[in-house]
Amino acid sequence: MIQIKNLHKSYQMGSSSLHVLKGINFNVEEGELVAIMGSSGSGKSTLLNILGMLDTAEEGDYILDDVPIKDLNETKAAKYRNKFLGFVFQSFNLINYKTALENVSLPLYYQGIPRKERQQEALDYLEKVGLKDWATHLPSELSGGQKQRVAIARALASKPKVLLADEPTGALDTTTSYEVMDLIQKINQEGKTILVVTHELDIAQMCKRIVLLKDGVIIEDKKVEQVFASSYVQ
Amino acid sequence: MFNRDRWREIFETISKNKLRTFLSGFTVALGIFIFIILFGLGNGLKNSFQEFFLDDASNAIFMYPGKTSMPYKGFKANRRIEFDNEDLEDIQTNFPLLIEYTTPRISRSGLTRYKGENNTYTTRAIAPGHQFVEKTILMKGRFINQSDLNKKAKHAVIGRLVAKDLFKNEDPLGKYIDIGSSVYKIVGVFQDDGGDREERYIYIPYTTRQLLEKGNDKVDQIIVTFPKELGHVGALALESSLKKYFKDKKSIDPQDPNGIYFQNLTDDLKQSQQFAVVLQLIVSFVGLGTLIAGIIGISNIMVFVVKERTKELGIRKALGATPRSVIQMILQESIFITAISGYFGLLFGVFVLESIGLKLEDYFIKNPFIDIGTAITATIVLIIFGAVAGYIPAKRAARIKPIVALRDE
Repeated sequence: MIQIKNLHKSYQMGSSSLHVLKGINFNVEEGELVAIMGSSGSGKSTLLNILGMLDTAEEGDYILDDVPIKDLNETKAAKYRNKFLGFVFQSFNLINYKTALENVSLPLYYQGIPRKERQQEALDYLEKVGLKDWATHLPSELSGGQKQRVAIARALASKPKVLLADEPTGALDTTTSYEVMDLIQKINQEGKTILVVTHELDIAQMCKRIVLLKDGVIIEDKKVEQVFASSYVQ
Repeated sequence: MFNRDRWREIFETISKNKLRTFLSGFTVALGIFIFIILFGLGNGLKNSFQEFFLDDASNAIFMYPGKTSMPYKGFKANRRIEFDNEDLEDIQTNFPLLIEYTTPRISRSGLTRYKGENNTYTTRAIAPGHQFVEKTILMKGRFINQSDLNKKAKHAVIGRLVAKDLFKNEDPLGKYIDIGSSVYKIVGVFQDDGGDREERYIYIPYTTRQLLEKGNDKVDQIIVTFPKELGHVGALALESSLKKYFKDKKSIDPQDPNGIYFQNLTDDLKQSQQFAVVLQLIVSFVGLGTLIAGIIGISNIMVFVVKERTKELGIRKALGATPRSVIQMILQESIFITAISGYFGLLFGVFVLESIGLKLEDYFIKNPFIDIGTAITATIVLIIFGAVAGYIPAKRAARIKPIVALRDE
């Protein structure tokens, strides 16, 4: 599903440049649930942003679902993002003046799906994350866990090939984190490819594979025995 | 542009961000409102000016006899020149195409009585053409006519204020008044835009005045009007040929600056027109300044709006919004808001102008108005600049990488 070869990225910090990714090589198969781990500054978020076409690499190849991702202009990137990817952010990034339902139907709006249809679809996804009754609520009226579940529903709404989650539990307490991971695991079991960036080991262990980053290189890439979050959730 | 779904998205955004909508709308409405008020008041000032300075006909030449200052053709200097009835006829025979009306004017002051009321007024003895020189407007009855002249009738046309002074609420038409030692029948009442002084004159036929003054044929001054088509240059040419004709006829040295005086109203007209142009420039400048201030206001608001929405735009882009759709959304929103609020500002401005219009005459502002073409143009200009002002930051926002926009907390 994802093939990455020799990926480099550096940031200009004034006069000096900071080499963040120093040649990343890895592949992700369809249906995998991969945790990208590392301490802060290891380059894990940068990697995810490049995978999400939110940022561009200086060097290296990136092939997503057999489509080489290169020479992206913003318009093309926007189309690919809409078609291939769903995002879940640490800070949820819901649009605060839109209701849960409107937030979830937004990617469908950009796909040009008629209003009635996309509202029905959005409602289905909200039901899937257990928030059908909260459809007309604004983000400010939802708890952190609920917000993240709305965000996940929104990420799923565009039927992406890959779901990218950047510290999805970073702003949540342990119980809520496990609830969100439980949801992510269930979505993975339905066959969705998911990449989760985290620095928490317990979250990483709920994935099927852990990729460990340190100082811009992969130092470990191993398959793990998945811990099911449902065992922590009553 | 006519995508129903996109409009719905825009309405939602507008209605859920009331403060932002209000701010940008208010700026535009205020800009247009102030523009219309200032421009209207400026026009009012211009109207007052025109009323003050342009109440008399501008196509008239006044001729006054004087005393010569040079000896000529055997005549001594310091000789008094006089006009008489023959001169009136000569003008008509010699300048038939260049002259519209010829009228003498003999001014005398006299005590005027009606029943118990009396006052001193200036009586002008004139010919019917005089009506066009002063732009006299008749309220009742008629002006002095040719038949009055022929019969040397004791008929008088009195000013509005004469009627008010002497007749109070009585209808003066057909009544008789004493002027000096003669009795005149009132055949008309007039008004004049030139002010109170102009409405305290009494007009009588010049032939009647001549009859009373021992049957002479002298006239004090001669006023001629010429067709407006002559223009400024034509009027000057007519003046100089009249001057030449009369200096020749009255045996005055062509070099003599005295003898006959000419006053050509076309000169005054030119001066006052220049003043009007300056006034118009000031009005336009004020209008333009207001408009520019309005544009700057909208630009600021638009920059602020886009800045405030940076994160939202980043989210939208992460969800698949293309830069084009982001720009389109911001533009359509801003144009919609500015158009609606501009329209309201326009309506309100025109309404306020209408309602204060008549109360400002004491402040030299008469009939303030703005022609609807100017008002709509100003509104459209403001909308276009609002859109341009929104487009620049919108374009930048659309180009920002979503990752940068999302980091913006």
